[in-house]
Amino acid sequence: MERPNSIEVEALAREFKDIIAVAGIDLYVEPGEIYGFLGPNGAGKSTTVHMLTTLLPPSSGTARVGGYDVVREGPKVRTAIGAALQEAALDPLLTGRDHLRLQSTLQGLPRNERKARAQELLERVGLTGAADRKVRTYSGGMKRRLDLALALVHRPRIVFLDEPTTGLDPQSRAALWDEVARLRREDGVTVFLTTQYLEEADVLADRVGIIDHGRIVAEGTPAYLKAEIGRPSLHAIPASEDDRVRLATFLTRYGPPLDAAKNVAVWLEDGYGLADVVRGLDQEGIELADIELRAPTLDDVFFAKTGRSLEGAADEDAAENGQAAERARA
Amino acid sequence: MSNVFATQVGALATRGITRTMRQPAMWVPPLVFPTALMLVNSGGLESATHLPGFPTDSFLAFALAVPFIQGALFATMNAGTELARDVQIGFLNRLQLTPMRGSALLAGQLGGVVLYGVVQAIFYLAVGFVVGVDFAAGPLGLVVLLLFSIVVSLGFGALGAGLALRTGSGEAVQGMFPLLFVFLFISSMNMPRNLIEQDWFRGFATINPVSYLIECVRSLIIVGWDAEALALGFGVAGLIAVFSLVFSSFALRKRLTRT
Repeated sequence: MERPNSIEVEALAREFKDIIAVAGIDLYVEPGEIYGFLGPNGAGKSTTVHMLTTLLPPSSGTARVGGYDVVREGPKVRTAIGAALQEAALDPLLTGRDHLRLQSTLQGLPRNERKARAQELLERVGLTGAADRKVRTYSGGMKRRLDLALALVHRPRIVFLDEPTTGLDPQSRAALWDEVARLRREDGVTVFLTTQYLEEADVLADRVGIIDHGRIVAEGTPAYLKAEIGRPSLHAIPASEDDRVRLATFLTRYGPPLDAAKNVAVWLEDGYGLADVVRGLDQEGIELADIELRAPTLDDVFFAKTGRSLEGAADEDAAENGQAAERARA
Repeated sequence: MSNVFATQVGALATRGITRTMRQPAMWVPPLVFPTALMLVNSGGLESATHLPGFPTDSFLAFALAVPFIQGALFATMNAGTELARDVQIGFLNRLQLTPMRGSALLAGQLGGVVLYGVVQAIFYLAVGFVVGVDFAAGPLGLVVLLLFSIVVSLGFGALGAGLALRTGSGEAVQGMFPLLFVFLFISSMNMPRNLIEQDWFRGFATINPVSYLIECVRSLIIVGWDAEALALGFGVAGLIAVFSLVFSSFALRKRLTRT
């Protein structure tokens, strides 16, 4: 019987002592879909991936990956999936080709296929020229591409990519996006992609699940989620820092404030436009260095659902995690 | 052993050996330092051979046994540190996502350690021959000595692997190194136990298993065939190997969290 390339998750949870990392999530990923799992650091993305890839048993709930139960049929799940985990765990002393040789042997590829498959994947990810160089000489982007190639050695039906572009420069990021899109387009592979980059989810994902504090707070296509927010936001930078508070107070006439890192920002309520705000600012005598009307983004969706921006959430969570670690050490 | 298992063990052992060969700091010191220590000690302690009851008139022949054990300790710690690094950087997770059997990981790791142990043993023997040590047990004794080196490497290798898997920390594995060296130094490495005058030292050397490992090798070099020394040496080495293999197997089971 042919198994579907889907991922079905029901009430999946994972606790670590007194910390709830994933608090009972439900999700369904269609065969051949790119599903973006978006959230700040510490939101539960990697824990979810570890459970779905059989590396971590769930505390409760069920998950079926490629038609197999992740708890009872771990070995079968592993044959159906490929994974590039967050660390890009590569051996700095092995070459790219050494890695592919080891991976294809452990994945059980017949001996006479291994060399050709390694070459095919090296060409696919553009590492032919660096194949015989030790990985310690690779750039971050090259490591990520090799990591992806390793995940594809045994032609998996489902691929998990855990923050595949974190720390990459824009060019390397774009190259990896192309490869991920090609995976789905040409090979029909289902991709479960975790990311903390809104743009990445927006560009790549057919559907996005937003996770915060171990719970999925929103799910849908990027367009649907943004449409749900509806309102645009207005971002302004005062010409003088002395006017920042006055500007923030003034802008609340046009809508509720928005937590923006550098700008003063509000959600524009229905009936107001950029021209109204500019006229009002002129009358108040507040001079601006910059003003911008933005269509809703996934960050706006995140803010609307959690009350904080994705960037701010990452910082908060990092601080919380640091404090938790301090307490644990104490 | 099934074909698949053998292939997995071979692939992992090859990786271990490749890594070792690409890091001279991993394989040069375990060869050079024990040899240098042996030569320095022999130069300074040659007069000890004049003591009544000393079993040979060549301190080099007496001391040649020490590098076999010291080298095994070095290599063990290195191998353990390497495995701990795999845990730390997530390489073990990569391996866990393949159909690799857990036992293949351990066997592959130990295969590399044992192979290097044999290379070390051949090197120390060659050094011994070069400096003029006669090998009392003859050619068959050389074979027994290599077999003994395999058991010792296996035992210490499994201990290092077990520590690495249990702690997942290279620092923790290296932290064991000084302790193992205490065992080495408070043993019969520099003097036969019956000639050690300090009671506490002789007592510790007598209960110290490392003494029996050294004396086993030493008996083959300077005595020939000493059944008691061989039995004690192989017995102790075998016990260490069994204990370490059980320990590392449990540590592996705990470390491999996959379902």
